[in-house]
Amino acid sequence: MNRRHTDREYEGELESLRERVLLMGAHVEEVLALAMRAYVDRNVLLARGTIELDSTIDQLELEIDEAAIQILARRQPVASDLRFITTTLKLVTDLERIGDLGVNICERVAELGADRSENPHDPIPRIADVAQGMVHDALDAFVAGDAVKANQVIDRDKAVDAYYAQLYPELLPRMMSNPNVVFESTRLLSIGKSLERLADHATNIAEMVVYMVKGQDVRHSGPASHQ
Amino acid sequence: MSGASSQSKISRPNQRKGSSGDDKSRWDEVSVSTVVPKMRTTDLHAYFGQAEVLKGISLQIAEKQVTAVIGPSGCGKSTFVRCLNRMHEVIPGARATGQVLLDKQDIYQGDVDAVRVRRRVGMVFQKPNPFPTMSIRDNVLAGLRLNGERPDDPDAVVEKMLQRVALWDEVKDILGRAGTGLSGGQQQRLCIARSLALEPEVLLMDEPCSALDPIATARVEELIHELRKSYTIVIVTHNMQQAARVANFTAFFYLGKLIEHDRTDVIFTRPKEQRTEDYITGRFG
Amino acid sequence: MLDRYARRRYVDVFVRSACVVATLIALIPLISVLYYVTRRGIGGINLAFFTELPKPVGESGGGMANAIQGTLKLVFLACVFGIPPGVMAGMYLAEFGESRFGKWVRFSADVMSGVPSITVGIFVYALVVLQAKHFSAFAGGVALAVLMLPTVTRTTEELLKLVPESLREAALGLGVPQWRATLRVMLRTAAPGIATGVMLAVARVAGETAPLLFTAFSNPFWSSGFNEPTASLPMNIYNYAVSPYEEWHRQAWAAALVLLILVLLLNISARLLVRNRVDAR
Repeated sequence: MNRRHTDREYEGELESLRERVLLMGAHVEEVLALAMRAYVDRNVLLARGTIELDSTIDQLELEIDEAAIQILARRQPVASDLRFITTTLKLVTDLERIGDLGVNICERVAELGADRSENPHDPIPRIADVAQGMVHDALDAFVAGDAVKANQVIDRDKAVDAYYAQLYPELLPRMMSNPNVVFESTRLLSIGKSLERLADHATNIAEMVVYMVKGQDVRHSGPASHQ
Repeated sequence: MSGASSQSKISRPNQRKGSSGDDKSRWDEVSVSTVVPKMRTTDLHAYFGQAEVLKGISLQIAEKQVTAVIGPSGCGKSTFVRCLNRMHEVIPGARATGQVLLDKQDIYQGDVDAVRVRRRVGMVFQKPNPFPTMSIRDNVLAGLRLNGERPDDPDAVVEKMLQRVALWDEVKDILGRAGTGLSGGQQQRLCIARSLALEPEVLLMDEPCSALDPIATARVEELIHELRKSYTIVIVTHNMQQAARVANFTAFFYLGKLIEHDRTDVIFTRPKEQRTEDYITGRFG
Repeated sequence: MLDRYARRRYVDVFVRSACVVATLIALIPLISVLYYVTRRGIGGINLAFFTELPKPVGESGGGMANAIQGTLKLVFLACVFGIPPGVMAGMYLAEFGESRFGKWVRFSADVMSGVPSITVGIFVYALVVLQAKHFSAFAGGVALAVLMLPTVTRTTEELLKLVPESLREAALGLGVPQWRATLRVMLRTAAPGIATGVMLAVARVAGETAPLLFTAFSNPFWSSGFNEPTASLPMNIYNYAVSPYEEWHRQAWAAALVLLILVLLLNISARLLVRNRVDAR
């Protein structure tokens, strides 16, 4: 928005809300990054440490919900402000779930321990790359009010689904040929599942951003590009 | 465009509820152009002496719907509404040009009697103004009596009108008391009853609640909701939340021009004009 | 600090006492008039005063019935000639008072209210009495009406202006034509106030003597109709008071008392009317 609210306190409240969402997003991205690093390095200590970060994310969700409700009650927002608030309320739910999924990944990593099969090809990082990228871009789109970017995120979900679909066929032969890797493989499947659901949440966020931006046909609404 | 997960689907805008009382599934298809207009202005200009306050307004007022007129001070919304019943020209030096159609008839045509227009298009004002020299009963009948009409059964008329504005139970035992002895909200409803006694087709309301407390306001708004079934209502309001609550259609005026006119739910969730957006979100000035 | 406070208190008490004393001084004339007239006049009040004609000089007894009738007649005529034009002029000024002509009308009314009553008397003498070649109650009524006119006009105008425009708008909004709205809503709302103003104007002219000197003149007998000269309380007070007869002096005091009571009654009812209206709100 290139025009500011006449009521500066209101403007400040909206800004503060946006910043907290970004902060929460940053925490979530960090959790994902650390979780994947822990996975790649099979670093159980790091995994366990990352789980602790989830409480910050949950705390932020509560704060953001509370702040948004306050604005709804006191300011009766309409039009773009209303869409922003309702998008925020729903968005943080998805973010919090992404955080939880990151924690799930860390828990699987902890179970894996130092275990590592000799198989060189690890399908997980490929899925993680796309999924993490989706989360990142969805948050960027939210900040910038960029519906184009949001749409691109939505398109990438197909790729994640495809990669996940290939995971089981790839791991099954391994499990059948070598019972020792069953434990590891099931953990990998679980991590893959978490990543796939994580990507779905990122897609939800992107869809809400599209609604937030395109619910209006206003020209000159800021740096956003349209259609 | 949704993800494979069925977890969190957001609700699509089109599935939102329409305003209560209407066929919810078909309200989405209603637009300004599909409703039957009770009144229509075409290139309406209004002047106070040399100053032009309305600069070519072309607007349709939907029949048996509530249309709200919003805008900042001085945008011409009160002037516009006063042109709809030819009250504008009462002020010395004021005049209006253009067409204002009531049904199919132009009320500004040379031979049309302004006084007769005001029988069909009634008006309620900002500050409740019951006649102080008359009792509640006489106030309700004032419109008829001042025009020399004698209803066959005045008591029935009084009761019917007061029932219609949900005032009967409160005042049925004190009909002889002066009209000014009631609370602000009751006075305003009395004024509405007085206007309704003439059986108008359109009711214009110029900021009817701005002098009332919140409870009285809520009562009047509920009344508007009821009255909509039988009358076409145009309400000027500087309170946007009120427009959002009571109106089916909202028109936004700015500096004497009509900026946007659409369904209320569209105006307040995704207005098409930047100026409308700026005004309703408080980014003006 | 305390000194300043004490000093202020002294000043306060002093000024307040001074105000009370000033008020009392101002009340002295009023009270003494009431007292003195009552004391001197009460003796002459009897049934005969209200029912009999004056007796010729030398005879005792008699009354001022014709003067009372005359004063009532003159007041009636003054109202008939003075109120309608005055109210209508007031209405005109309230509606169109800002036009050039309206400003002149208002100016004239203000000037007229300062014209000495005896001047008005001579004016009516020249206009009416000389044409008719005799004194009459009619002329007296006209003179009193001319005196009343400015007051009634300005009172009506001011009171109409006090009626909120919103009432007119309400009437117009009900499809009532302009003229009817003015008459049946604005005027009707201002009516109690206008009635009060009129009553006060009447109270003032009821006691006027100078204009009657050359118009209604006087009459020792009953005057019939409006075309004959008529006795009136103020004239009789004047004539009797300057006479050398003790009996007549007594009657003059009685007449003064009656006139005083009449004026007081008019004033008090005017006040009561206003208070009733206010209570009804």
